[in-house]
Amino acid sequence: MATKTVINAAGRSVPLEINGQAVIPFKGVGKHRPEGTKFAPPVPSCSDYPEDGNKLITSLEEALKKCGLADGMTISTHHHLRDGDLVSNKIFEIASAMGIKDLVWFPSASFPCNDPLIKYLDDGTINRIEGSMNGPLGRYVSEGKMKGTAILRSHGGRVQAIQDGDVMIDIAVLAAPSSDTFGNAKGTGGSSACGVIGYAKADYLYASKVIVVTDNLVDFPCIPMEIEGIYVDYVVVVDKIGLPEKIVSGTTRITKSPDRLLIAELTASFLDRSGILKDGVTMQAGAGGTSLAIAVFVHEKLKDKGWKASFGFGGSTKYMVKMLEDGQMGYILDAQVFDLDSVRSLETNVTHVPYPVFNAYNYHSKGNLTSMMDIMILGATEVDLNFNGNVVTHSDGYLLHGIGGWQNCLHARNVILPIPLFRDRIPVIVDEVTTLCGPGELIDVIITERGIAINPLRKDLIDSVKGSGLPVKTIKELKDEAERICGKPQKPVFDDRIVAAVKWVDGTIIDVIRKLKTD
Amino acid sequence: MNKSVAVAGNSGPKVRSDCEMILEIRSAGGIEIDLTSRVRALYGESIKTLCLAILKFFNIENVHLKITDSGALPFVISARLEAAVKQLTETGKEYIPEMISQNSYSATRERFRFTRLYLPGNTPGFMINAGLYSADGIILDFEDSVAPEKKDESRYLVRNALRQVNFYGAERMVRINQGERGLDDLDFIIPHNVNLILIPKCETAETVKAVENRIEEIRKQYKIESEVFLMPVIETALGIENAFEIARSCGSVVGMAIGLEDFTADIGVPRTVEGNESFYARSRLVVAAKAAGIQPIDSVFSDIGDMDGLRATVLASKAMGFEGMGCIHPRQISVIRKGFAPGVAEIEKSKDIVWAFESARSNGLGVVALGSKMIDAPVVSRAQKTLELAERLGLLKSNWRNEDRGQ
Repeated sequence: MATKTVINAAGRSVPLEINGQAVIPFKGVGKHRPEGTKFAPPVPSCSDYPEDGNKLITSLEEALKKCGLADGMTISTHHHLRDGDLVSNKIFEIASAMGIKDLVWFPSASFPCNDPLIKYLDDGTINRIEGSMNGPLGRYVSEGKMKGTAILRSHGGRVQAIQDGDVMIDIAVLAAPSSDTFGNAKGTGGSSACGVIGYAKADYLYASKVIVVTDNLVDFPCIPMEIEGIYVDYVVVVDKIGLPEKIVSGTTRITKSPDRLLIAELTASFLDRSGILKDGVTMQAGAGGTSLAIAVFVHEKLKDKGWKASFGFGGSTKYMVKMLEDGQMGYILDAQVFDLDSVRSLETNVTHVPYPVFNAYNYHSKGNLTSMMDIMILGATEVDLNFNGNVVTHSDGYLLHGIGGWQNCLHARNVILPIPLFRDRIPVIVDEVTTLCGPGELIDVIITERGIAINPLRKDLIDSVKGSGLPVKTIKELKDEAERICGKPQKPVFDDRIVAAVKWVDGTIIDVIRKLKTD
Repeated sequence: MNKSVAVAGNSGPKVRSDCEMILEIRSAGGIEIDLTSRVRALYGESIKTLCLAILKFFNIENVHLKITDSGALPFVISARLEAAVKQLTETGKEYIPEMISQNSYSATRERFRFTRLYLPGNTPGFMINAGLYSADGIILDFEDSVAPEKKDESRYLVRNALRQVNFYGAERMVRINQGERGLDDLDFIIPHNVNLILIPKCETAETVKAVENRIEEIRKQYKIESEVFLMPVIETALGIENAFEIARSCGSVVGMAIGLEDFTADIGVPRTVEGNESFYARSRLVVAAKAAGIQPIDSVFSDIGDMDGLRATVLASKAMGFEGMGCIHPRQISVIRKGFAPGVAEIEKSKDIVWAFESARSNGLGVVALGSKMIDAPVVSRAQKTLELAERLGLLKSNWRNEDRGQ
């Protein structure tokens, strides 16, 4: 099947049709203007639901059957149970036993615990995954083994796709640490507490059918109602929805790697001397060891100067909670929770509140949270001479990561990527990224152990650190230094076949991933 | 040599930035390379090209080479292959990588040696970024951190690292082995711009002289102009008794260090945090070093998790007169540097002295006075050093002279 391709606004060759659906090539940042109205699910009637509000069904299989599970349907799940998720795989185990084919799995992210799904991709139960693919799943896709074409979206892009009707969810299967029989559900309580379950919001609002799966049935009403029962069709109680030790880390830890600490320290100095760090600053940092170390340095600097961050957007961790509780942060707005201290804080601190990505990240909204952030700390597998970033493939061409919120976060005021100049001989700064995930015009600063490169578009930042003694270099100088140390790498060789597409935050196709030629 | 298979380097799930070479010389069949590498897609060809060039250089034509690579840089790959080749063939040739231009600096006698980071001489992963942590010195170690069966191959690795790894201005130091092996170590490294040699378990002045003589021979042979300094490490009771003689044994000795793990073992007591068992030895070493006009350097602090303990030890060490300490982990560097750094009062006093000296000079006065006190030249020089150090440590702005002097 020959696919017609065009060159998009980022210079990448992309198709006009994927999985039988027409798609729009990337037009440039902020250039695509959506038309029409948002998607809406079918209109339900109370006459079809029990008057006593009890929607309990004996098993997940029964619930899936009642939802009319059939070939070709799109099944969505959220990833709040992270690597401890016991529900997603179960869905496809049931579907496979029923002889169902060609399902589309539409998770908000996948984890190593989902690797067993490869057998349902092999046996035809699943046609494709539209979501993040890590580890063995990514490898499987890169080697061209998945029947359909994978679609990678950011967290905000997933909400956009649901709201705009690009993806129509037939059945949302939503694991919930606590639920009542009506389907009101939340992320706290029980043995599988994960803090918040905000990623499920678009799913329960827009899916045709919604199943809540819990291992902790509570009396009505289950509050706070992160999932509202009026949108829920069925409630299933199982023994265990997740493995607690793999849902949240008991504790997140700052990195002990001296190389990463060095990068974190340099990042903190940059934030300080550039004047980005100030009273009332707004910030987001992830749960990676380097980000946590940066958060600790930032905390110290705020404390020294008697300043306070007005709010932080989580992924919350104990380091952010400490800032909140020490009075160096006004609020934590929380999309996901990474450790037990954060679960505790969410339950006890009134200034630590759930804030789903649904409200924060969708580009097709009337404004969103990311552009209000002063400091955005992100990672990347590659950055090129034009500051373009890649987060999904490695330089060897293998698809190994999801986008997460990365693309959405690029709209922050100061996007800073603290990354090593090379990892095990593989340079991170390259001539041209293997896969384009984020346009360079949105990436401001690259901080490596061997120097800082500031995007020439940010003259203000370049001026702000003149004479500061910080090791500011051009990105070309950093690339040359990496190549002097590591040697110039060969390029991976690809087939013509497209195995995955990367969507931009507005639903257009920014790049595709082609099948790797393996020897 | 009648061995036909050689093994060099390291592999395994935890190994990074290294490779293992299994080299088998054959009588016919040409060169066969079997490469397993985590960076094969990006560097497979360049690894093979490099290995072929090395084999050609050593005139090896029939061989099976199995490479297990975990992202080794070229200087590591060539060191490993050369080490394997030399196990199987007699040759005087050396496959020497280019000396990068950043590595040609020399050291001075009086430079600070507060922090010196020890790096095991056969672990390339630690070497690559070592210079970034701003230690005053980097010690590539041939002695205790290298297993006996790895001592030979570490020589090629350290030699190549000295030429290819940018240590960003840190003083380039090597700790050699004891005895004859230590003297032979010098042949591998002195031609490659080493700034300082540490002599372990040094007990007599003769040991230092033997090292200096060997270095002089090599310097003459290679027409090396830059100086190579020496730092004996005292680790036994006998060494302590001879400390002063050792300190003034040769002109190239710039510092003398104490190694307490071995010292306490030698006198037959456990090493304690309080260190009463070594108090005399440390004091004696400080006095001997100061009497000889060289820097006394304290032992390493071995608990890398205990930063508070380290901080306390550094302050105690500075109070005894030591002028530096070894570091066994990059995280220790900033704690040790801050500990030996001048305090606020010390900086203020130095500013006053330098200020008085400079205004006296600009007024054409030959005598410098601060208040009613006359100031000697060494005092000025020390104050200048203190301020230079304070500037280097970011404790003082380089334009401090422009600051408003309120008094």
